[in-house]
Amino acid sequence: MTEPQRLTRDDVAHVADLARLELTDEELDLFTGQLAQVLDHAADVASLDLAGVKPTAHAMAVTNVLRPDEITPCLDRDEVLAQAPAVEDHRFRVPSILGEAP
Amino acid sequence: MTAPRPSTALANAVRSGARSALEVLEEHLSAIEAGDGEVHAFNLVTADEARAQASAVDRTVAAGDDPGLLAGVPVALKDNLCTRGVPTTCSSRILEGWSPPYDATVVTRLRNAGAVMVGKTNMDEFAMGSSTETSAFGPTRNPHDTSRVPGGSSGGSAAAVAAGFAPLALGSDTGGSIRQPAALCGVVGMKPTYGTVSRFGLVAFASSLDQIGPFAATVGDAALLFDVIGGHDPADSTSLNRPTPRVLSVLDDGVAGLTVGVLTEFLVGADPDVVARTRQAADACANAGARVEEISVPEVAYGLSAYYLIAPGEASSNLARYDGVRYGLRVDAEDTAAMNTATRSQGFGAEVKRRIMLGTYVLSAGYMDAYYNQALRVRTKIIEGFAVAYQRCDVLLGPTAPTTAFPLGAKTGDPLTMYLSDVCTIPTNLAGHPAISVPFGTGDDGLPIGIQVLGPALSEGTILKVAAVVEAAAPDLAPPVLAGRS
Repeated sequence: MTEPQRLTRDDVAHVADLARLELTDEELDLFTGQLAQVLDHAADVASLDLAGVKPTAHAMAVTNVLRPDEITPCLDRDEVLAQAPAVEDHRFRVPSILGEAP
Repeated sequence: MTAPRPSTALANAVRSGARSALEVLEEHLSAIEAGDGEVHAFNLVTADEARAQASAVDRTVAAGDDPGLLAGVPVALKDNLCTRGVPTTCSSRILEGWSPPYDATVVTRLRNAGAVMVGKTNMDEFAMGSSTETSAFGPTRNPHDTSRVPGGSSGGSAAAVAAGFAPLALGSDTGGSIRQPAALCGVVGMKPTYGTVSRFGLVAFASSLDQIGPFAATVGDAALLFDVIGGHDPADSTSLNRPTPRVLSVLDDGVAGLTVGVLTEFLVGADPDVVARTRQAADACANAGARVEEISVPEVAYGLSAYYLIAPGEASSNLARYDGVRYGLRVDAEDTAAMNTATRSQGFGAEVKRRIMLGTYVLSAGYMDAYYNQALRVRTKIIEGFAVAYQRCDVLLGPTAPTTAFPLGAKTGDPLTMYLSDVCTIPTNLAGHPAISVPFGTGDDGLPIGIQVLGPALSEGTILKVAAVVEAAAPDLAPPVLAGRS
């Protein structure tokens, strides 16, 4: 396994954008150093030869968990909507998504 | 000699009518009132709701009925456990003011057992931290020395039990977040086998690692709380649909005939006083009839690195839900994408941002195989390494944390150093196994040390038996003295 290149400031800016986080210049500098340090520590794992070892995503794997297809009580709509930042006509209200209608 | 079980005794006194649940509650509310200004174990004390629960327990007893195994016992809840109509913040600005529309399964089970829930405890933001210092609402302080951290992330729950604010508490453990603060605060904390306690209503951090578990003053009380909260729950698809070990009945069986392996990897890097206490605890097991040997599981040395790739990966996905749309904070902006970004940037603290970015990075195209998938292969190797050890040994023994409680602020500037305080607890989470931390005297600085007993999946009964023997041999630990109550 080849080791990946060291994390750069541009990598962190790109990742922050993907994760919908806006960082200040100071945060970018700080996080780049800190995250690079964590990834350097992880280099011991990245450099191991584990070809042929199956990955484990879940230690106590359970598969095909099904339940009877029956109607059961669900959350109370008004109680749920009461916690929303903005509501209109029993729905969550958000700012425009695709810009103004033509 | 069996250690006292204060919570069990309290429940029995309330069930028999010898004490009223309301009187027990008021004692604990007074202790919180006097001491929590100094400790800050709680984000919220729910005195009114607790009084209503205690009164209901007293009415049940008066009517000649049994309120349950935890009748009238005050319990503190980590603030990532959903409580219907009661704010649940995860110690984050992004959830400040949010009241869940449902109860976590563990909360329902506590209620059904007659427990009285006294409040929501402080934690590292979204359980990401090892000192409770990443909380958006300020740190919790260690009751044994308020200039020190209580550990984390469930530092509020550990401190609440240590300070006598509640005899029992619940926490969650993703990489050690129950056991490490239990060790640093001088209380018992157990991470059960993954899937034995329902995660329904536990706000998700890293779903393949998160597990709810008990804090208590003694091993027997931790076993009682585990018996109440454990068991299959159809609302959690990862809940194990097979009998959960019922542990109370086997607690006093002793360790004769068991083999205890002292895990040498956990002694590397631990402070000398911590190593000395570990050897002393191993001797106690030998004196009680166990076979004790040293054992090496070389794979666990890679646990920390693997964890800090896997857990942030899962967290970056889980925390995508905080988008300002359905609940919690919204910071307005002209369109939805800008609103999402503004909300997340203002709502999350630095450690949560770091983990989201780390997770996003290790899952991104070009890096996923080198980091995330490689960490999952290491996880397989760790599970295999433990399996070999458990062919020879019934349980493994080691320290819970490499040091005693460190001063506030000592590690906040250096995330990697903070992460290293989880080095002895992380492998258990990766393997899905149970482990328990038991107080075992103090270090050279007079602060509590915790000894960890680890076992294979569903071995709660066995690790608790060993923990009970360790507890019986433990040097006395002076209770904390808070200035407000001296």
